[in-house]
Amino acid sequence: MSGARIEQRVIEVAGPDDVRFRIRVHQGGNGPDLLFLHGAGGLLQDDPFLAALASHYRVHAPLLPGYGDSEGAEHLRDMLDVTLHAFDVWQALGLEQPLVVGHSMGGMIAAEMAAIAPDAIDRLVLICPAGLWLDSHPVADIFAALPFQLPELLFHDPARHGALLSAGGDLNDPEYLTDFLVGNARRLGMAGKLLFPIPDRGLGRRLYRIRARTSVVWGDADRLIDPVYADEFVRRIPGAGVVRVPAAGHMVPYEQPAQVLAAINGVGVNGVGVDAHAAAQPR
Amino acid sequence: MKFTWFNLMPWPYLPDDFRRQHRSVWVDIPSSLYDPVKGHALYNTYLDELEYAETLGFDGIGVNEHHANGYGLMPSPNIMAATLARRTSDAALVVLGNSIALYNPPIRVAEEFAMLDVISGGRLVAGFPVGTSMDTNYCYGQIPALTREKYQEAHDLILRCWAEDEPFAFNGRYTQLRYANCWPKPIQKNPPIFIPGGGSLETYDFCLDYDYVYCYLSFSGYKRAKQLMDGYWQRVAERGKDLSPYRAGFAQTIVVAESDAEAEREYRSHIDYFYNRCLHVYPGFADAPGYRTIKTLKANVTTQMTRQALGDVSAMSWKQLVDDGYVIAGSPDTVVEKMHELITSLRVGNIFCLIHVGDMPQEKCNRSTKLFAEEVMPRLRNVWPEYADDDRFWIHPLTAPARPARAANGVGA
Repeated sequence: MSGARIEQRVIEVAGPDDVRFRIRVHQGGNGPDLLFLHGAGGLLQDDPFLAALASHYRVHAPLLPGYGDSEGAEHLRDMLDVTLHAFDVWQALGLEQPLVVGHSMGGMIAAEMAAIAPDAIDRLVLICPAGLWLDSHPVADIFAALPFQLPELLFHDPARHGALLSAGGDLNDPEYLTDFLVGNARRLGMAGKLLFPIPDRGLGRRLYRIRARTSVVWGDADRLIDPVYADEFVRRIPGAGVVRVPAAGHMVPYEQPAQVLAAINGVGVNGVGVDAHAAAQPR
Repeated sequence: MKFTWFNLMPWPYLPDDFRRQHRSVWVDIPSSLYDPVKGHALYNTYLDELEYAETLGFDGIGVNEHHANGYGLMPSPNIMAATLARRTSDAALVVLGNSIALYNPPIRVAEEFAMLDVISGGRLVAGFPVGTSMDTNYCYGQIPALTREKYQEAHDLILRCWAEDEPFAFNGRYTQLRYANCWPKPIQKNPPIFIPGGGSLETYDFCLDYDYVYCYLSFSGYKRAKQLMDGYWQRVAERGKDLSPYRAGFAQTIVVAESDAEAEREYRSHIDYFYNRCLHVYPGFADAPGYRTIKTLKANVTTQMTRQALGDVSAMSWKQLVDDGYVIAGSPDTVVEKMHELITSLRVGNIFCLIHVGDMPQEKCNRSTKLFAEEVMPRLRNVWPEYADDDRFWIHPLTAPARPARAANGVGA
């Protein structure tokens, strides 16, 4: 799968407390508009999944405040702040009715947006979203995890893909670790406002409002958020379908990008519930 | 100098293989290791030790707050201070402190501290820590990146509760009270306020804005504290404040015996228990992402988070702990010399004396305490003669306080 070129720009966005923030946006590709909301780890260096999306879509992937050099983290404190901020970015980008795709924490934000403004979002893809809590399957505590433990938690095949997290750096090398920890503290510091200590801010009670055509995508080997959560999202979102992806962990967009892209195409182009195995392009 | 005898109240029955069997002494330590019947005797012993310290002339007796912690058995320091308020009569009750972002609503702290001050006749030293990440974030679920803002708001509410004479409306981000109204009020109009800090510029400034006492509560000793305290004093000077040593305090592990050799013989195993068993904290709990400011993090990032570091259970030796100043140990002469070095190099007027250490039994603790009080403390009293009259940072109790009835029978003496 060859991706289109992704470029970056910085836009100014209105925010709470009458402050305007500078937000970095990764953009690229041609096709229908797609708004991508990243997970708690942020976008990766030369993000391969964005490149895959850009082969079919015009991708807009803003970095949340606290990620990269996006500003304004101190003005966003809770779920509503972050959700409205995402709409502020949407507006600043001049988007009409993009396909909204969110991964993990980004999926939680995307679902919240679709519940708050059901008329604004008509197509929604939630890739192993956070936001619900089942006592029977506690979500792993990513905040107390040590950096070297992350690949194991996030990937089906950590040996093959784990290095994606550290852009080639070694999480067992103290010098590299120092830089990683500072960045990680900024990113997860922001993520904690939505996910700490329990990643449940009441989204489950609001999912009934979603009217978008919705697909829930989950890696079968997700060790951070058990795949059983897919059933819970599908049960609560009217008409939602599910796509389960084999040989993929929580970082399913990076371990099986073709299958995730096929699932997105299912919502964006064909309708819901397309079987990922059949839809995947030969590789 | 002001000496406060401080008891962390460790659980002394952690198994020998604790570090191999459990990843942390704090947060997820199984409560099956706690035995409430042994705990009954232990609390009473620890409180006896605090009361004993008062009889020997310590200026203050100190307690603190920890949660789910195998070396700190005081989730509620105010309960401990309340028992001490009735059984002591002169020493400051140094509650170091209440993690004010954890109380909901935080007017509870204004009320309970006022109660302690009133019961004790104006002997409260009020500590307002932000709290460790282990306690505040992992045990008590506060969102790391919002903890400091919530702390600041709680602080503002508590101070206003003590200052206002009429009920007022408090429209905070984290606490809203239509009728904020603190009954009772403290005896001390402005109880001395002590702030534990760990080197962030923001905390230096916070203390200087309000003339609070900056306290560095480290277990790693005075030699390693020099750089941090120098940074504090530099900031004090930059802000144009006076350099009274009573603006600062330091916690130090101290054990005293008749000779240096006896100190090692008597206390070595207890020091080992504390430093090599009690301080075994899983590094993933030490610093929740967002808890520290990025500026502070850049200055003191930890690298104890590699697979290799996690597997390391090597122990610190007595020699290393003593030579590096983690522990001040020895004969009274040795301890006086090192304490003098500590006090003058860090420029501190307050010492929090950690004399009970680890699984130290009561008779050893009392002996060490007595030697410190009789042979060490008098020789350090006047290190700062030019500040002898500086009473801004200490308690102002009633001159004729009520005495509990049973005290007349000798209880509490």
